[in-house]
Amino acid sequence: MKRQASAFATVYTKIEQITKATCSLRAQDVMNEEMALIDGRPAQVVKIQGDLVTLQVFSGTQGIGNDVDVIFLKEPPTLKIGSDLSGRFFNAYGQPIDGGPELEGVKTAIGGPSVNPVRRQQPSELITTGIAGIDLNNTLVTGQKIPFFADSDQPYNQVMANVALRAGADRIILGGMGLSNDDYLYYRRVFEDAGVLEKISCFINTTDDPPVERLLIPDMALTAAEYFAVEKNENVLVLLTDMTLFCDALSIVSNRMDQIPSKDSMPGSLYSDLAKIYEKAVQFEKGSITIIAVTTLSGGDITHAIPDNTGYITEGQLFLRRNTDISKVIVDPFRSLSRLKQLVIGKRSREDHPQVMNAGVRLYADAANAKTKQENGFDLSDYDERCLKFALNYARELLAIDVNVEIDQMLDTSWKLFGAYFKKEEVGIKEEITKKYWPKKQP
Amino acid sequence: MATKGKVIGVVSNLVTIEVDGPVSQNEICHITLDNINIQGEVIKIDGQKVFTQVFESTRGLKMGAPVEFTEHMLEVEVGPGLLSKRYDGLQSDLEAMTGVFLKRGEMPPAFSYETKWDFEPIAKPGDRVQAGDWIGQVKENWIDHKIMVPFLLDGLWEIESLKSKGKYTTKDTIAVLKNSDGKTQQIQMSQRLPVKVPVKVYANKPIAFKPLETGVRLIDTINPIVEGGTGFIPGPFGCGKTVLQHIIAANAQVDLVIICACGERANEVVEIFKEYPELDDPRTGRKLIERTIIICNTSNMPVAAREASVYTAMTIGEYYRQMGLKVLLLADSTSRWAQALREMSNRMEELPGPDAFPMDLSAIIANFYSRSGLVELHNGEKGSITFIGTVSPAGGNLKEPVTESTKKVARCFYALAQKRADSRRYPAIDTIESYSKYLEYQEVQEYMQKHLEPHWVEKVLFIRDILLRGKEAYDQINILGDDSVPTDYHEAYWKSELIDFGFLQQDAFDPVDKVTSMERQRYMMDIIHNICKDDFDFDNFIDVAPYFKKLINLIKQMNFSEFQNNEFKKFEDELQSTLMERVINDKN
Repeated sequence: MKRQASAFATVYTKIEQITKATCSLRAQDVMNEEMALIDGRPAQVVKIQGDLVTLQVFSGTQGIGNDVDVIFLKEPPTLKIGSDLSGRFFNAYGQPIDGGPELEGVKTAIGGPSVNPVRRQQPSELITTGIAGIDLNNTLVTGQKIPFFADSDQPYNQVMANVALRAGADRIILGGMGLSNDDYLYYRRVFEDAGVLEKISCFINTTDDPPVERLLIPDMALTAAEYFAVEKNENVLVLLTDMTLFCDALSIVSNRMDQIPSKDSMPGSLYSDLAKIYEKAVQFEKGSITIIAVTTLSGGDITHAIPDNTGYITEGQLFLRRNTDISKVIVDPFRSLSRLKQLVIGKRSREDHPQVMNAGVRLYADAANAKTKQENGFDLSDYDERCLKFALNYARELLAIDVNVEIDQMLDTSWKLFGAYFKKEEVGIKEEITKKYWPKKQP
Repeated sequence: MATKGKVIGVVSNLVTIEVDGPVSQNEICHITLDNINIQGEVIKIDGQKVFTQVFESTRGLKMGAPVEFTEHMLEVEVGPGLLSKRYDGLQSDLEAMTGVFLKRGEMPPAFSYETKWDFEPIAKPGDRVQAGDWIGQVKENWIDHKIMVPFLLDGLWEIESLKSKGKYTTKDTIAVLKNSDGKTQQIQMSQRLPVKVPVKVYANKPIAFKPLETGVRLIDTINPIVEGGTGFIPGPFGCGKTVLQHIIAANAQVDLVIICACGERANEVVEIFKEYPELDDPRTGRKLIERTIIICNTSNMPVAAREASVYTAMTIGEYYRQMGLKVLLLADSTSRWAQALREMSNRMEELPGPDAFPMDLSAIIANFYSRSGLVELHNGEKGSITFIGTVSPAGGNLKEPVTESTKKVARCFYALAQKRADSRRYPAIDTIESYSKYLEYQEVQEYMQKHLEPHWVEKVLFIRDILLRGKEAYDQINILGDDSVPTDYHEAYWKSELIDFGFLQQDAFDPVDKVTSMERQRYMMDIIHNICKDDFDFDNFIDVAPYFKKLINLIKQMNFSEFQNNEFKKFEDELQSTLMERVINDKN
């Protein structure tokens, strides 16, 4: 049941088995992970047993007959990389969706090999975002990978767009998975308004597109990123939103492949699947790839398999939370963490940065304890009262995501607040530093 | 003739092969893919059908691809030249690889075969030897690298000839052995060892008793580990597992450190790569990298090689232990290794155990931990492998299979607590949850009595009690309210806070505080122990917190100062005079 379509491709016309997401047929000379077209729909080989080949159909198998044409493409999924990626919007297959011309670059397999660890450099360049909850307490570094953990009602796409525009990257690559059409248009408008269209490339899968197609988005975005970082020595910032929807697609596929699910119905390989993506973040001698992602949570639960595995892979996480005292979204100083901050704070920023950061968070924690006490109806000590006042101003002037100032100013603000509410020994910072920075007169 | 076969099935890295001859479980095979060879390991045999886990990506693999079996299990090559090396999970020298990206099938040898080493014989012709016995040595960095009778050689042998002092490569024959059957055996400086078979060429395995100094107060004083001991560090992400392991790796008083980065972040390994050539070894004053071997199979590297990496590290450790050295082996994280087992078991469609892990997970972990330990060699010398693994429990829940299986075998338990990490109390080891079984060992207690002080263990237990009492007091204060409990409760709580801030917490990024010598730990312990024994005079609970905060601040300033320098003494004097203000009945 096959015929010659051209000099190179064989067309098969008999499909043995069709499930919701896969088709199986008998074929020869097929490669593992090879792409094929089933009735024109892109599909990928996921399993071969003798001459029985199982393909995953990205858009689903709805309406596929068991007599349609199957053409093997003799290559894994690819992206044509070149400078014409700039300023463009693509779908999950790397095809333009902005009405522009087809890409003409070099065909490159996506999901390529890992960087040799000994060829990596240690990340060392501070990324400033103007947001004190990030720059002061959870400083970002080029070559880092870090997600926002946020409930779906929080403005993570807006924060991420802000971070992207202020970060001063040479190149921004957006991988949108299950993006609502409104969010897609939002990003588009923000990039246009900021006049940065020529330095962005976007790979977009919206909620209108089949969910399984999302699985290609991170690899597409990162293959483009590797091109700009390795070939052009650029500092590339990759934005991936929303990785939870990516994982959902993984679980759909593994479920349809009859794999035994592990925690929270996720495939047992979730950790490796996510690591393959996030570990593409890298610092080269010249050029870097920084990944900022979004992982939406359900009800702030970070023990769910998706945020849990993500947390073990990424270099920290930025936790968005609504602070009802100031009616604003803040970067939660307790749950947020940037693991690479130690590489830059006090080195690329002012010397007092590490100690001020720790003292601020500790006092904010004391305030949280005082608040619990207050809520339980106990009397507050004088120290508790001062902590609460401090916390209110600390949240308003530093933690809120609408803050946009330089790091030195964040440090000065911290000292001002320390001086206003506490004694030196309550703040507990090394004496030589306190001597230098403690506010001279109480404001 | 080696068995051959051809590929008949593939799903991800599980490749099915039809074979034409005998194969054995765990045998290594080479599969041809695009003119290169990729390695696979046999994990199941079903008639002529053999299932292999492949150590690299199988993208592009076609049915019918030729396969060759090697007649041996997964092996490492050991000999002089391993120190300071950076390997992947299969012991390929990462430095010797070309290009920025890893290339499939590229497997450079573990060390150079051309290097000539200064060989010095230890034994002499006519000596009777057996596997693991020393016959000579070479200088590798500062270590006397012993040249040993191959571990896989059975029975008793006599040295027929031995090369004299001189320069030889690892492939030159340096000795010829003869056994009673008249069979002769040529010996080189290097040998190959199967990684999944424990090395047991020592005389016996005595009880480990000598505390291993790590410079971390929470470990050395509160929950000590011993040379040849086992410990594990479970903790949710962001609690500082890796930072803690790195501190131990940099400061532990051992001869050799093997770090196995197993399925973790590449940037963490890069940190070691960049910093170790700069940092000083506290024992020898040489650079840390000179006593370190790094096995790194980061999370984006192939999954099956992740499983192999811990065995590779352990086998290299056993090789050096056989030279009478103190080896510290760190694996971060053993959960990733367990997950690799789960991925394979899943693809093999085996019936799953708890959380979809393979049923024999517990046994696999127990076998692995038991390969560490203190051993006595046939010549009376002692060597040890101290093993500390991290565990990354899913969701931070310690009731999961990997943590539970590990808890059964590891003797020290360093539980990292999210709550401590959230309030930046590092190291985030939860003292009340954690334990060291070694503190209960009579041999360890005797050693401490003799080498630290007579009542050391009682002191440590007293400190633990104060911590527990403080926690109970804190709970009471929270339930009843500040002013409804006796002032004593506040005092008890703040004493525990003083221990926490003044002794348990340690700033890993402060040049002085990050490492504390045992002498200094003893000194500080004395001060803190005395404060905890003292009774204080407070009229009102409101005075308790500010007073103790003052004490804590002074102790912290002491911790930040060089031991016994002027600053240190200044703060200590201030501490003593502050104590005088409130202490009522000094026990003296």
